[in-house]
Amino acid sequence: MTVAAIEAVDVSRTYELDGVSVSALRGVSLTIDQGEYVAVIGPSGSGKSTLMHLLGGLDRPSGGRLVIGGRDVASLTAPELATLRNETIGFVFQAFHLLARTSAVDNVALPLVYRGVGARQRRERAAAMLGRVGLGHRLHHRPNQLSGGEQQRVAIARALVTEPAVLLADEPTGNLDSVTGEAVLELLERLNAESGVALVMVTHDQEVAARARRRIAVRDGLIRSDTVHDRPGSAGAGEPATLDPAPSAEPRSASGSGPGRPSGGSGGATGATGRLPHAAGGAG
Amino acid sequence: MRVAEAWRVALDALRANRMRSVLTMLGVIIGVASVVILVAIGTGTKQQVEQQVEGLGSNLLLVVPGKIEVGTAPVVSPLDLKDVDAVSRVVGDPSRVAVTVASGATARAGNRSDFTTVQGVLETTPSVFTRSLQRGRYLTGADVDTSRRVAVLGASVARALFPDRDPLGQQVTLAGVRFRVIGVFAPLGQSLGVDRDDEVHVPVTAAQRLWGTQRIDGIAVKAPDRERIDQLGERIVAELSRRHPDTEFSAVTQQQILGVLGDILGVLTGVLAAIAGISLLVGGVGVSNIMLVSVRERTREIGLRKAVGARPRDIGVQFLLEAVLLTSIGGLTGMALGVGTALLVDAFSPIPAAITWWSLALAFGVSAAVGIVFGVVPAQRAGRLDPVVALRAE
Repeated sequence: MTVAAIEAVDVSRTYELDGVSVSALRGVSLTIDQGEYVAVIGPSGSGKSTLMHLLGGLDRPSGGRLVIGGRDVASLTAPELATLRNETIGFVFQAFHLLARTSAVDNVALPLVYRGVGARQRRERAAAMLGRVGLGHRLHHRPNQLSGGEQQRVAIARALVTEPAVLLADEPTGNLDSVTGEAVLELLERLNAESGVALVMVTHDQEVAARARRRIAVRDGLIRSDTVHDRPGSAGAGEPATLDPAPSAEPRSASGSGPGRPSGGSGGATGATGRLPHAAGGAG
Repeated sequence: MRVAEAWRVALDALRANRMRSVLTMLGVIIGVASVVILVAIGTGTKQQVEQQVEGLGSNLLLVVPGKIEVGTAPVVSPLDLKDVDAVSRVVGDPSRVAVTVASGATARAGNRSDFTTVQGVLETTPSVFTRSLQRGRYLTGADVDTSRRVAVLGASVARALFPDRDPLGQQVTLAGVRFRVIGVFAPLGQSLGVDRDDEVHVPVTAAQRLWGTQRIDGIAVKAPDRERIDQLGERIVAELSRRHPDTEFSAVTQQQILGVLGDILGVLTGVLAAIAGISLLVGGVGVSNIMLVSVRERTREIGLRKAVGARPRDIGVQFLLEAVLLTSIGGLTGMALGVGTALLVDAFSPIPAAITWWSLALAFGVSAAVGIVFGVVPAQRAGRLDPVVALRAE
């Protein structure tokens, strides 16, 4: 079995706000395998953003073990963590986060700057990547000269130009209309299928989440369910179940308990196929 | 991140906020330009004064009653022409001894008048001091011996009294007494704001009669050589002290005058440079301020850069370079402005200015250092930003 791209074991994250401890994540275990397509779904305040920041190496867990790209985050210094992000993770944000006054090709090339790639090669790789997201004709446009969908595609190109193991998309369609959003999702899914990059998409949108084969529901800092669906896109039937899963299914994932324990319950409730909790697969 | 890349990013950031960058630089530009200009003026003045003191003549010894020290009151001179004879005997050569008795007086010619300094002198003056005539002749021994009422005019006096005719042979009235003009000095120019051409030389005997005195204000001696100049001074002072036991006398050389003047002007230049330096410091505070604003404005950009792999150091270097670039460009511009202004001042005003390389190097070095010193705190703040918090910033 190949090494997991990301592996979290009983990961928690606590913030200190004016002397009061707030638990955003309360012990989460999961594994993201290479090439997977995972949707992380949950209402606002559920801890899904915190989870994404941890999975992307932007933040460190307060407790538990988090291994990204084979490296234990706890043992890394800030510069090492930055390098790890650069090499392993690609981010796509709801707000695009493109540099204004900077051309599309230079925006896409930005991660390569921090990898020490020479200017010419950066541009070549960035231009090629823009071609793959269908923006080969927009290389020298600036963000304010691009539509929202185009901007998000530039951001996707930037996330993939380093050929990361994991693409973390945080509400990638949140700022887009439904037609444009659909196109962006199709692009993400195509890239996931073509290049084998694992796609982890954080969303609160049931329809969007229903497209993913594996869906992880987060609520109150815990994983409520972690299910695999044979027929991705079976939104109607699958979604409500994911958010309101059978009670018996929940505690297993949330507690991050015992590797190897079969996940019988959740699949049954949704009508989708159950699978092993991912932590188990990765650790095993 | 490569250094060249960091420079480009910093330059882009400055270009993006062109107006703000220029205004921030202005503080540094003014600071550096002031340092360069003020040091140039101080240096130029010092050089000019040195040239003028040296241009008086060589191996000069000035003998005056009283002490030459800052803070001592001028002393009424007890000297007269008999003392001058005594000094001449000590020196061994009367032609090396010059005297002066000076007073302010109004010079008149026709309906024109000019308030000037009338100096009673011996015919030896041109052989002691370097003075050249433009027209006519200087005083002679016979003029002095017979108290002849003849006068040699300084260039500006001649210009004031006789703007459109030849002064030679004309009459001037000094303190109500008529003198005949026999010569005109070549112009000397100004020294520390004093017009050195604003004087009239008359025979010392005529001057004494004019003012009803036997007094001599000071004696100047041209020593035969530099080595024995101090020894000669001591002998002259000893002789005068013997003749006037109640009075102290001083003998100073050009070197001593230069030393005193140089010290004064050096301090002055230093004070000017320090004042200008303070404005450079204020410019640096402005840079620091603007960099903090810049970090706050670009928090999201910092967060994004960190997300895609920028290390804290990459971000810090980027902002530090931005600050250094601000002050360095400001420093170079200020240097150009300072040099240009100093050259203009030197060419078109009576104030002398001389550019010194050390002042340019210092001003530029300080401005670059100001960028580093005042850029470090904002750069560190940027480098330490939590990427999660930074990405969420508005």
